[in-house]
Amino acid sequence: MAPSSASRAGSASPLLDDDDGAATVVTTDGSDTPVGEGDAVTGVIGVPDNVPLPEAVVTLNVNGRDYRVNVTANMSLLEALRQRLGLTGSKLGCDRSECSACTVIVDGVAMNSCSLLAIREQGKQIVTIEGLERDGVLSPVQEGFVQHMGLQCGFCTPGQIMQATALLQQNPAPDEAQVRRAMSGNLCKCSAYPNILSAIRYASEHWNA
Amino acid sequence: MRANPEARPIAGGSDLLGWIKEDVQGTGEPRWNLLVDIRTIPGSDEIRFDEADGLTLGPLATLDAIEHSPEVQDRYPVLSRAAGAAASPNIRHVGTIGGNINQRPRCWYLRNTEFDCYKKGGNFCFAVTGKNEYHAILNGELCYIVHPSDAAPALMALHADATIRTADGEQTMPFDEYFIGPRQDVLRENVLQQGDLLTRIHMPTPSPNAGMSFIKAQRRGETYDFAVVNVATVIVHEGDQIEDASIVLSGVAPTPFRAVAAEDALRGQTVSDGLLQQAAGAALLRARPMTENAYKVGISKNLIVRSVREAMA
Repeated sequence: MAPSSASRAGSASPLLDDDDGAATVVTTDGSDTPVGEGDAVTGVIGVPDNVPLPEAVVTLNVNGRDYRVNVTANMSLLEALRQRLGLTGSKLGCDRSECSACTVIVDGVAMNSCSLLAIREQGKQIVTIEGLERDGVLSPVQEGFVQHMGLQCGFCTPGQIMQATALLQQNPAPDEAQVRRAMSGNLCKCSAYPNILSAIRYASEHWNA
Repeated sequence: MRANPEARPIAGGSDLLGWIKEDVQGTGEPRWNLLVDIRTIPGSDEIRFDEADGLTLGPLATLDAIEHSPEVQDRYPVLSRAAGAAASPNIRHVGTIGGNINQRPRCWYLRNTEFDCYKKGGNFCFAVTGKNEYHAILNGELCYIVHPSDAAPALMALHADATIRTADGEQTMPFDEYFIGPRQDVLRENVLQQGDLLTRIHMPTPSPNAGMSFIKAQRRGETYDFAVVNVATVIVHEGDQIEDASIVLSGVAPTPFRAVAAEDALRGQTVSDGLLQQAAGAALLRARPMTENAYKVGISKNLIVRSVREAMA
C-alpha cells in the first residue's frame, strides 16, 4: 500500500484551493475542467509513478449529484472528495478516525470520510459541508455556529457541523447529555466546546424554522 | 485469502486502514496488497435473539447496532454498554463487533515503524525498559501489550462462543480459548490464522437472576479513549446471596483476563465489603506491574468491587 498522504506529493499532484469551498477541480492533464456528471477525471493524483495501483471509475453521489470519478483502490472517501471533486470543506486532520474533522453524512449517518474507502461508497448518499447551504441561506447548524462563535481557528468546524447535523436529523431536540455524547468524537484543539454546545442548542431551537 | 499471505479481509476498516496507513508491518507480517470485502456476505451483520437459543451475532454487526438493539439492551446490558463504550460515535457506526475484538493492540512501540519489537517479528519488547504506563500488569511475557477491546470482556463475561472457519472447516470454541497470549504466538492475539474468519458469535440466554455491569476507566473522560482498565461483570444472585460470578477485565493483560480467583471467592457467598475486597485482592494477587503502571492494580481492584456492587444493585 502507498505511504501516508503527507509523503505522497507526486509530480502529477494538482494544486487545489484549500479553503474557499469553491468546487474548482484541476485534473492531472493540466486542464481545469470542472468535474460534472458523466465526466471522469483521469490519472492518479498524489501517488508516485513507480507505485502501480489498481484504478476504477466509480459513481459517487455527493450533495445530491452523481459524479463519475477515477479512484485508486486505496483512496479514502476524503481524498476523493478533496482531490477529485475539489470539495475541500471536509478536512484532513489525523487521517486515523481520531479527530473527526473529516466527518460527512453517509446515508443519514455521520462517518469519518478519512477511514472509508471511496471505492466502497458507491450507491450511497453522501452529504458534505458544501451541501448544507440552500440558495445562500445557511443551515440552522451553520447559523448557530455563526451566532454563537462556535469556533476559533475553524479547522474542525466542518466536521463539528456535519456531526451536529446528523444528530439533529435523527433527534431534533436532544438533551445536553445526548449532544455531548454525539459530539464526543469531534476534537477541537482550540477548545471551543462551550460555544459549540451553544451553537447546537441554537440549531435545535431553530430546526424547523 | 488462504493461499495469498498478502490478502486481508476488510469489514468496517477502522482498525485495518489505520494499520495500513501506519505502515508498521514488520518481518513477521507481509505487506497487504489485496483487501477482500467481507461486508458483502449475506447475513453477516445479523443480531438475532431467541429466548431458548440465546443471542447470535454476525461478526459484522456494528457496535452502534449492538448498543442500540432493544434485545441486547434488555437482556445483555453489559454487552450494550461495552459496545457503546468503545471508540467514538463515528467509529461505532462502521466498526463491527468482529473488528473490535480482533483489532490489533495499541502499544506505541508496536505501532511505530522504528521499533522492531517481538510482535513485528523482532526480538525485543521496548516497553520493558521504556514507557509502559499503559502496558500489561498480568500475564505479560515476551510482549507486554494489553488487549484493547471493550466488547471482548463483555462477551467472555456472558460465556459467549466463537465460531470460526478454517482450512479444516468450522470450529466453535468459548472466547476463553479464542484469545491467545504472546507465549503461544507473539505475532497474533487470537486463534485466527491467515485466511481464517470469525463467522459467528453466540451466547446463551442469561439467567433471570443475572445482574450485569460494565465499567471502563479511561484517561480522558468525556471524549473517547481506549480503556486503561475495563471490567465486565455478570452476577447471578438472590438478594445478597451470590450464586455465580463471571468477571472479565481488559486493559490489564495481553488477552482479556478472567478474574477466576475473584469468581471463586464470590461463588456461593453472601456479599459484604470484606468479601468484595478479598475477591478483588485475590484476582490481582499475581499482578506484576512494570515501572510505570502499578496504578492499574488499584484501579482494577476498585473496578471489580464497584462492578459487583453495580451488578447486584
